Amino acid sequence: MSKLTVIVVGNGMVGYKFCEKLVSKSANFNIIVFGEEPRRAYDRVHLSEYFSGKSAEDLSMSTESWYADNGITLYLNDAVQEINPGEQTVHSLHGKTYHYDYLVLATGSSAFVPDIPGIENEGVFVYRTIEDLELIKAYAANCKVGAVMGGGLLGLEAAKAVIDLGIPEAHVIEFAPRLMPRQIDSMGSAMLQSKLKELGLNIHLNKSTQCITGDHKITGLKFNDESVLPVDMLVISAGIRPRDELAKLAGLHVGTRGGIMVNEKMQTSDERIFAIGECALYDGMIYGLVAPGYEMADVVASYLVEGDKSFKGFDMSTKLKLIGVDVASFGDAFITDPDCRTIIFEDTHKGVYKRINISTDGKYLLGGILIGDADAYNMLLQTVNNKLVLPPNPEDLLLGARGGAEADSGAGVMGLPEDALICSCEAVTKGAICDAVNNQDITTIDGMKKCTKAGTGCGGCVPMVKDLITGTMKANGLYVKNVICEHFEYSRQELLDLIRINKIKNYDEVLDHYGRGDGCEVCKPVVASILSGLWNDLIVKQDVIQDSNDRFLANIQKGGTYSVVPRIPGGEITPDKLIVIGQVAKKYNLYTKITGGQRIDLFGAHMGDLPQIWEELIDAGFESGHAYGKSLRTVKSCVGSTWCRFGLHDSVSFAIEIEERYKGIRSPHKLKGGVSGCIRECAEAQAKDFGIIATEKGWNLYICGNGGSKPQHAQLLAADIDSETCIKYLDRFLMFYIKTADPLTRTATWLNKMEGGMSYLKNVIMNDSLGINEQLEEEIQGLIDTYHCEWKEVVESPELRKRFNHFVNAPAEKDPQAVFVPMRDQVKAKEW
Amino acid sequence: METLTNIQWVMACFTDDIPDNGGGCVKIGSEQIAIFNFSRRGEWYATQNLCPHKQQMVLSRGMIGSAGEDCEPKVACPFHKKTFSLLSGECLSGDEYQIKTYPVKVLEGKVYVGIE
Ligand code: SRM
Ligand SMILES: Cc1cc2nc3c(=O)[nH]c(=O)nc-3n(C[C@H](O)[C@H](O)[C@H](O)COP(=O)(O)OP(=O)(O)OC[C@H]3O[C@@H](n4cnc5c(N)ncnc54)[C@H](O)[C@@H]3O)c2cc1C
Ligand code: SF4
Ligand code: FES
Repeated sequence: MSKLTVIVVGNGMVGYKFCEKLVSKSANFNIIVFGEEPRRAYDRVHLSEYFSGKSAEDLSMSTESWYADNGITLYLNDAVQEINPGEQTVHSLHGKTYHYDYLVLATGSSAFVPDIPGIENEGVFVYRTIEDLELIKAYAANCKVGAVMGGGLLGLEAAKAVIDLGIPEAHVIEFAPRLMPRQIDSMGSAMLQSKLKELGLNIHLNKSTQCITGDHKITGLKFNDESVLPVDMLVISAGIRPRDELAKLAGLHVGTRGGIMVNEKMQTSDERIFAIGECALYDGMIYGLVAPGYEMADVVASYLVEGDKSFKGFDMSTKLKLIGVDVASFGDAFITDPDCRTIIFEDTHKGVYKRINISTDGKYLLGGILIGDADAYNMLLQTVNNKLVLPPNPEDLLLGARGGAEADSGAGVMGLPEDALICSCEAVTKGAICDAVNNQDITTIDGMKKCTKAGTGCGGCVPMVKDLITGTMKANGLYVKNVICEHFEYSRQELLDLIRINKIKNYDEVLDHYGRGDGCEVCKPVVASILSGLWNDLIVKQDVIQDSNDRFLANIQKGGTYSVVPRIPGGEITPDKLIVIGQVAKKYNLYTKITGGQRIDLFGAHMGDLPQIWEELIDAGFESGHAYGKSLRTVKSCVGSTWCRFGLHDSVSFAIEIEERYKGIRSPHKLKGGVSGCIRECAEAQAKDFGIIATEKGWNLYICGNGGSKPQHAQLLAADIDSETCIKYLDRFLMFYIKTADPLTRTATWLNKMEGGMSYLKNVIMNDSLGINEQLEEEIQGLIDTYHCEWKEVVESPELRKRFNHFVNAPAEKDPQAVFVPMRDQVKAKEW
Repeated sequence: METLTNIQWVMACFTDDIPDNGGGCVKIGSEQIAIFNFSRRGEWYATQNLCPHKQQMVLSRGMIGSAGEDCEPKVACPFHKKTFSLLSGECLSGDEYQIKTYPVKVLEGKVYVGIE
């Protein structure tokens, strides 16, 4: 039988996905693709990343040879100009004519450009293709003020690009009275607006533009209220227009406001012609998101191989991170009283707004909006889509179950029905994921991606997929163990016990006894951390098992140079030492910066210069600051009672004492501390792994706080204790953490996962409920007593110094690839 | 079978220039080559020093190890931990990168790299 010919018009995201789906279902088609753009289909959803350094190739949906490998003929830079439905042929710009058995239109949409006087001026752009971005980038170099017309999802994304391009002043102009009018309500918009303002974005609502001023080049915008905004550049993002011109010309039915009309099989008014993606009009609606487009692609591919899938509309719920602010809207976001009851949570301090709409009988979740914190999005969306019955206190959905231990996030996911759609980009259900675990022994995210494709699209469902994998394994009675990697079938804690009991001192021995294979970049640093946590041996003795930064005792940077961070305990430094830092930095041409941890970082040191730099610093009385290690960083202090009129005790002295005590000790992740002289808390102690705050009667000790990407306040362990007790509790706390935490788990996460939570931990540390405190104290004392500055050891050993040469066969030469460019009287690394 | 006729063996360094189970970088002409002393297996490998991901001259500073049932020897770039087979140069962490590998010979405490 000869193959049927399928012609695809448009090589965008959906056109590509269609090809992928069709070749995976059948080899019986001869596929020909026409694309108008000059390159293979790329990920338009992540288009903006082109500005943050991704290349067109990085964004590409396929490898160069993918089409040929799958027997697909691809014509780029060649638009189809005419369809002749009678003869079943298409004709292209470059003169190709082909006959088709089936034709698939995936022509997408173009930016809608309103008809305003001056719109044709130089400096007015749209935001849709890589070429658009190239034009914008070139033009932006000389712009001081940029504006975006349209405050919807795409407009705000374009606004971020304007900021990222370094244009000093950015504006967003929206016609409606609120931002993202399709997704969020006015309270949500107000919250989003205030967050965006903080980021330097000027927002103008209720503004309709009368004309664009300027002769050739744009100089400004004039609004209907006669006000004027001078701008050098404008990006139009006022909506999309489905590209139906080709279909119209061929006599296919199109909607009055655009879009190629299709039925639930995506068939147009000609049964051999299909339309999918943003050009298709289904049930009066254009779907401007990629997930429904993929679903449409699947429907057509399935039709061609005689499957019976239908398109049944698509959930338009969205979650995005706009300029660093979470925004989500799901289900029926706008429904109001009396059709529902609405619960609203607002925290203007943190910039969080959450709204959920529940049915009047309180049983079901109908929809909602999340601004500032959208962690709950996946679960809420599932609750809507699967009509799950709500808990008795639906406000818990917004606030989390308060009081008592942390809710088990896995349990919620396991309660979903089998057909709950988990990955909407690839249409993978809960059933399919659990099945892969049960029948194909898939137990990792990577395995799941390969097996089901879940999580390979936008990635938003990955946390749920993870919970489902663990949940299913647990349900099967499998003991879910956090094994380290393919080389060790143990958790970190188990391996630590084995190593301790058997007094093993080096990696190869550990691998020979308890592992297999030759190790890897995951287990080597874990074992390295265990070995130092137990024996505190010099880490340079086993340098090849240390993680990137520990290997050369410095943080590696763009270009392959390193940073140098001397310890400045408690943030206190003498003028003489400051001068030495300045001299060293000057001599080696290092960029200097005051860090967020109250010390000074010297950046851009050649690997070969590190020993010499440290020699000079050590001579002046400095020590390693362990900025490269999973170990104590800084104990931040506030000035305290020595100078401050509110200070209750000498917080600087206490901070220094504590920093000196724990410096150099290796732990599962880095450790940070803080000491504040009073409750005004200038040292931000409650944001640290351990924080100490002076009280009238002594100190309050807080533990398990975290800054970083998931900030969490530290919790009170003990109040009004004296310095000695404080240190005793700290000793126990730190050693217990070092011995029991998973690799790369900060204290906050460790506590969150701990069964029994804070009350359990309190019992261990303060009431010795495990009867191990004496041992913990002894062990940490052992680590404190064996402290050594590893940089001192290197500086003093010619053998170790040799390790820092870039070329082993040309020790004096530096890496010619490490290149710097000037910036504000200093240097910076060249962009990669 | 590979034909090795055009290969020229260049002395790169001494064996003790490269740490056990670790790597080091040598300069041969204007080329930077990473040499790995996989002493746990008694094997030596050489690859380009440039990591194709962000064009960084750092593979010699990466950690080595093995992957999978057949213990494919590999190196992990210290920047973003992309891993590469020391045998074929293929990227093992799912990207389409490929690095150059070179044959290595060790004779009397000296390491030789085969250059075409
Ligand atoms: C230099 C500094 C930024 C600055 O210019 O101020 C910095 C620089 C880096 N930080 Fe940081 N962090 C710096 C203060 C902080 C702070 C603020 C603080 O300590 O008060 C935080 C939030 C507080 C916290 O950790 O709880 C912080 C949260 C992080 C995180 C996120 C940790 C988390 O638990 O979420 C990382 C990533 C990681 O460790 O995995 C990180 C990682 C990094 C690394 C090491 C990334 C890397 O591996 O290359 C950066 C190394 C730069 C270099 O080459 O030296 N840095 N980093 C600050 C050094 C402080 C110091 O003197 O040691
Ligand atoms: C900046 C930006 C951010 C976005 N962010 C998100 C997001 O976060 N989430 C989300 O779900 N969606 C997002 N989208 C929308 C998403 O990109 C689109 O839904 C998706 O690309 C639609 O795919 P498509 O194949 O239908 O259209 P397109 O990707 O536009 O592809 C259509 C292709 O057909 C070509 N073509 C048109 N006519 C012809 C012809 N006659 N002959 C040959 N070729 C032709 C076009 O040149 C184009 O290459 C975003 C879009 C943009 C621009
Ligand atoms: S926040 Fe920290 S890790 Fe991120 S860029 Fe700044 S210094 Fe680097
Ligand atoms: S530069 Fe090597 S992994 Fe990124």
